[in-house]
Amino acid sequence: MKLALLHFFAMGGYGGYVFSAYACVLIFLLAQWFIPWRRWQQYLRRQNKLL
Amino acid sequence: MWSIIKLAQGCLLSPKLFFRYSQAMLPVLAVLFIILLSYGLIAGLILAPADYIQGDAFRIIYVHAPCAFLSLFIYAVMAAAAICALVFNLTLAHLVIRHSASLGAGFTLLALITGSIWGKPMWGTWWIWDARLTSELILLFLYTGIILCQSALAQKMRGERAVAILVLIGFIDIPIIHYSVYWWNTLHQGATLKLFAPSSIDSSMIYPLLAMIAAFLLYYAMVLFLRMGHELTAIKANHHWLEKMP
Repeated sequence: MKLALLHFFAMGGYGGYVFSAYACVLIFLLAQWFIPWRRWQQYLRRQNKLL
Repeated sequence: MWSIIKLAQGCLLSPKLFFRYSQAMLPVLAVLFIILLSYGLIAGLILAPADYIQGDAFRIIYVHAPCAFLSLFIYAVMAAAAICALVFNLTLAHLVIRHSASLGAGFTLLALITGSIWGKPMWGTWWIWDARLTSELILLFLYTGIILCQSALAQKMRGERAVAILVLIGFIDIPIIHYSVYWWNTLHQGATLKLFAPSSIDSSMIYPLLAMIAAFLLYYAMVLFLRMGHELTAIKANHHWLEKMP
């Protein structure tokens, strides 16, 4: 099991390249969703204070 | 079919109708996105066989190609919205341009970064002034210019029209990016997926790629609807200038 995992993460010697590319994309996808959502929550809080 | 076209037309013309339907579609889009992304990641990283020349490094294609596709697709959507904004002065068209620009810039940057990460083990260099890479970099500059223009122009009504014109001028770069690998002798490979010809990728590798492209398209629609929905709500609450528009 451990060997299979090590083999998977090694990616034939390209693990660093492959997983860093995937990590960049996943971080971007999360950020693009999270940043506007956070701004929207801040906006709602501001609006609630005004009421 | 006719009723779907009429509904789409209604959504384009009426921000209220668009808001209602886009917000209702969000959960469906989110579920489809998660399913397709999960399949794409599992199949791309585990199930697809390694390439016989590039080995496992080829798996970067499953994030690089969708990002590159989205960078062009989003600009094409922005250009279509720019025409609608200039000709019909549609409220929603201005919003599509505004909220697509940052997403398009992000996907273009990601296409360049992931391409660079792929290029190092395959070409032996992080960057080369190749026609495809250079034209993609120009696209990133175009997106940056549009974002800066949007934030710099204080007079919103005129500013939005200026941005729409800038988007249309920049559209010239899209066919250049697409055909750069055919027009010039480049290090970058030709198109992997072709509309009217057999694809140059094996069927065991193509399905995760198609799933990832579909997932990224759904993600774009989802985030765009979310952002536009937020802005439309803010407009309604704050009597924004957009309210006065037809």
